[in-house]
Amino acid sequence: MSKLRSPNVVFRIFILLLCAAMPVIAPLVGEPYWVDIFMRVMIWAIAAISLDLILGFGGMVSFGHAMFLGIGGYTFGILAYYEITNGFIQWPLALLFSGVIGAVVGAICIRTKGVYFIMITLAFAQMIYFLGVSAEEFGSDDGMTIYDRSQFAIGSVSLDLGDPLIFYYFTFALMLVVLWLVQKIVNSRFGMVIRGMQSNEGRMTAIGFDPFRYKLVCFVIAGVICGLAGILMANAEDFISPDMMHWTKSGELIFMVVLGGMGTVFGPVTGSLVFLFLSEILSNITHNWHLIFGPFLVLVVLFARRGIDGLFSKREKPDA
Amino acid sequence: MPEKILQIQGLCKSFGGLTATDNVNLDVFENEVNAIIGPNGAGKTTLVAQLSGSLDPDAGQVLFAGQDITRLPAHTRSHLGIARSYQITSIFLDLTILENAALAVQAHDGHSFQFFKPAAEDRRLIDPAMELLERVGLADRAHLPARVVSHGEHRQLEIAMALASKPRLLLLDEPMAGMGPEESQRMTDFLQSIKGTVTILLIEHDMDAVFALADRISVLVYGRVIAVGAPEEIRANLDVREAYLGEGEASDAGS
Repeated sequence: MSKLRSPNVVFRIFILLLCAAMPVIAPLVGEPYWVDIFMRVMIWAIAAISLDLILGFGGMVSFGHAMFLGIGGYTFGILAYYEITNGFIQWPLALLFSGVIGAVVGAICIRTKGVYFIMITLAFAQMIYFLGVSAEEFGSDDGMTIYDRSQFAIGSVSLDLGDPLIFYYFTFALMLVVLWLVQKIVNSRFGMVIRGMQSNEGRMTAIGFDPFRYKLVCFVIAGVICGLAGILMANAEDFISPDMMHWTKSGELIFMVVLGGMGTVFGPVTGSLVFLFLSEILSNITHNWHLIFGPFLVLVVLFARRGIDGLFSKREKPDA
Repeated sequence: MPEKILQIQGLCKSFGGLTATDNVNLDVFENEVNAIIGPNGAGKTTLVAQLSGSLDPDAGQVLFAGQDITRLPAHTRSHLGIARSYQITSIFLDLTILENAALAVQAHDGHSFQFFKPAAEDRRLIDPAMELLERVGLADRAHLPARVVSHGEHRQLEIAMALASKPRLLLLDEPMAGMGPEESQRMTDFLQSIKGTVTILLIEHDMDAVFALADRISVLVYGRVIAVGAPEEIRANLDVREAYLGEGEASDAGS
C-alpha cells in the first residue's frame, strides 16, 4: 500500500480536509449553508460506504438499503419519544436492532441472486417503509419531530450534540472511523472472501468456502453501519419519517456508490459529495433539475465505469 | 490392488431430453491417474460437476473413501479432500495471482471471520501460496493481476489453486485446454511429478498426455462408459477407435 503519491490519494485527502475545514470555510466565502450540506454529505457517505461493502465488494446489489436508515432512525426516535434520551442506551439498541433486521432480511435475501436479490431487498424495504407509514403513534407518513438529541454524559463530562459544531465534528469523526473500519475489513481474510464471492462464487465454493455465512455476516455489518447513518440523520434533522427509507433513497444510495466508484472504500464519500452538491446546485437553477441530473448519471455509468474515484487512479485494463 | 477412493454407481443426469450421464459406473483407485476420454459432448464435464458438487445427479451414488457424498455441497467436498480445476478457466480475475492462491489456502486454514488483520501480510497464507506458485512455475508472476497474464498461466494457476487444499482426489477437467505443445508438455511433466502422491481423475483431449500419464483409462461416449482398461488395452480397442474416428477410418487409427 505504498501509493501515497498517487493522484487519488491526494484527491481523497483533499476531500477529507474540505470536510474538516468546512465550518471555517463556509462563513468565509459567505455560504454558511454549505456546512449543512457537508453535514448531510458525511451522513450519506457513511450509508453509502456500508452499501458499497455489500454492493461493490460483495457483489450483492441491494435495492433496499435505505431500510436501515429508517431502522436506525426510528429506533432512536421512538426511544426519544418515550423519553429515553441516553445515547448510551439509544445507540447500541438502534445498532443492535439494525443488525437483527439485517440478519433476518439477509438470511432470506441471500438465498437469491441477481435480479431476484434486487427485487426481494426492495420488497423488504417497502414492507418496513409501510410499517412506518402505518405507525400512527409515531406520526404515520407525516413523521415525527424529535425534541431531544442523544445525550452522551459520563459523570459531569457530556457531549452536547445540540451544538451544531460539536455535532458536525462528531459526525466527521464517525465517518473517519467507518472509513478506517471498512478499509480494515475489505483487506482482511473476511474481506478477501467477500471479494472472491463477488468475483467468482462458483470457484469459491469449489475451493471450500460456504458462501452463505460470509455473505450474511457482510450484510449484517453493512446494515449496522447504515443504521448508524440513520441515527445520525434523525439527530441531524430532529425528525424521522418513513420518507428516509423510501425506495428512492435506496436508489440514491446506489447512485452515490456508482458515481464515486464501486468497490473502493473512499468512492462513496466522493459520490455522496458530488450527488448532494449537484442536486443542490441544479435544483437552484431549474425546477426540472432531474432532467439534467439523470443524463449526467447515465454518462458517468457509460464513460467512467469506475466512478469519479476511478478517474484519479491509474488506468487498469478494462473488463474483458 | 490399490484402494478404491472414488466409487461412482449408477449415476444419471439429464438436461431435458439430453442424457448427459447415462448410468455411469466407475471406480477410481487411490494414487493412480485415472483418465476419462471421449468425444466432445460425451458428458465429461457434467460428470466432473457431479463429482465436485456443483451439479446434483438425478440418480445414482458417489462414494468417496467409503462415504456417500452424492448430495453434499461443493464446499463440504472440498474439505473432505476433493479439489477440481475447470475446463474453462475459473479464477478471480480481479485479484492478483498471489491473492488467488492465498484465497485457496485460506479456505483450508480455519474459518475466515477475521476482520482486522490484513490478509496480504498474513504469512500463514502468503508462504504456502508462494510455495504453490513456485511449484507450478508462477512465482515471478505473483503480484500481477490475474486478468493480465496469459491463458497458459491461468491454467497453471488453476492447478495451483486446486492443490492448495492438499487434496486426496484431484479432478482435472482438461488442464491442457487451449495450450500450445510446449505448455502442454510442461503441464504433463508437472502432473508426472505429482503422480503417485495424489489420486487424479484426468479429463483430457490431448492423447499424448493421456497415454503418458494414465494408469487406467475410461472411455465416455454419449454419457456412457463404453470401455475401461489399461492404456494399451484402450489403444487397441476397436469401439474406442470408432467413437473417435468413425467406422470407416478405424483402421488408420493411431494416437
